[in-house]
Amino acid sequence: MSGLGLFFAILGAALAALLAGMGSARAVGMAGQAAAGVVTDQPDMFARVLILQLLPGTQGIYGLLIAFVTLLNLGVIGGTPDAGMSLLKGLAYLGACLPMAVVGYFSAIAQAKAAVASIALVSKRPDQFGKSMLFPAMVETYAIFALLISFLALLGVGNIG
Amino acid sequence: MAEQYIYAVARVRGKELALLNGSFMETLMAAKDYDEALRLLSDRGWETDGASSPEALLKAEREKTWSFIEELVDDMSVFDVFLYANDYHNLKAAIKDAVTYNDHPEAYIDKEQCTMDPGPLKEALREHQFDLLPEDMREVAKEAMETQLHTGDGQMTDIIVDKAALTKIYEASKKTKNEILELYGELTVASADIKTAIRANRTGKDLPFLKKALADCDTLDIDRLANAATDSLDAIYEYLERTDYADAIPEIKKSPSSFERWCDNRVIDAMRPQIHNPFTIGPLAAYILARENEIKTVRIILSGKLNDLPEEQIRERVREMYV
Repeated sequence: MSGLGLFFAILGAALAALLAGMGSARAVGMAGQAAAGVVTDQPDMFARVLILQLLPGTQGIYGLLIAFVTLLNLGVIGGTPDAGMSLLKGLAYLGACLPMAVVGYFSAIAQAKAAVASIALVSKRPDQFGKSMLFPAMVETYAIFALLISFLALLGVGNIG
Repeated sequence: MAEQYIYAVARVRGKELALLNGSFMETLMAAKDYDEALRLLSDRGWETDGASSPEALLKAEREKTWSFIEELVDDMSVFDVFLYANDYHNLKAAIKDAVTYNDHPEAYIDKEQCTMDPGPLKEALREHQFDLLPEDMREVAKEAMETQLHTGDGQMTDIIVDKAALTKIYEASKKTKNEILELYGELTVASADIKTAIRANRTGKDLPFLKKALADCDTLDIDRLANAATDSLDAIYEYLERTDYADAIPEIKKSPSSFERWCDNRVIDAMRPQIHNPFTIGPLAAYILARENEIKTVRIILSGKLNDLPEEQIRERVREMYV
């Protein structure tokens, strides 16, 4: 089955962009609803809640980054894709993209829940804005771990023959 | 769905800042007279200027709560559980008006606080057109009307309608599958059952009467409560000792209003975690109940001030606040 390796490699890139992007879109939407609720009665809170709303948006960016690096490695961007890529190598690309895809989706949703709760905290205690940022930011750690692993794996996959 | 009420809960969070807290109620109780109490409420955003009476003021505040919630929730039927008691109150009034060929508009609760307009309800009963009533109200309306017509026993009519109201509240609260609304339904029915059992014992009612009056709920075995009520007050206390209402016994012994206060405080205590819940309809239900509780407490304090009651007497009836 010629081309199947390349197919799986591109599928990996697509999943990284797709799942992490979906997670972030849903997450920023959730935080946006909470932010809009606060700004309705407290317009001066706009800047603070906007920052909290944007926090779960990073997973989408990480997913995009992994997809971009994968497509660059494959030659889909700025090169010629290798249609004869082995199935093993294609699956290895897919595997390398999965941490970012899966952790990206779920960490974005988890971060959104923390961001929504923090937006509620800021609406009641504006002086606690600094601390309120930390709670959703903690979730970011795991998205960064996934980004790191996907990135390191992608660097290694290129060496497979 | 977690996302469904995020905006609404965020709006409620802002409004919670304006809820009256325990220390404000202390200040209100310490006001030297009614006018000063009104001034204090006005400072907290209550529109006291246009209100011609305490009732008008409280009604305006209640309307503010409901119009705020209507702004946030597309399907208000989930909160009908708070309004069914008013529907059935109007049913009782309509039955009595229909039987006596009278009209007492002041006896009805406004349609804004009900799930159905009292006007058509009144008409349906006057014409004995039970089919025009909601399905689950038809049978009870018919039975209560016949009882009133044949026996003239107003108390029995009230018992029939009250039990139907409690059953409706209980069933509707179960259907919401929301912890706070279910607790509200459970406590509403259980407290009504306990009060009925105590009153029935004091007035020497028999077992068939009690079985007709007590409504089912999860936390009370109404057969055992009915048997205890036909025995003695001590038997009721002994039974309650083994239920979730053991803590309420000293309050029940004190007075019915102390027990009512205990029930209200219990609901407020149970819903307090909703202050930190950013999702679900729970915080909205908690806000409605908190506002109702606030309005009830302000009513107690204002009427105490109007009637020059001593502060201690007012304090005994004042509820715990949500915030």
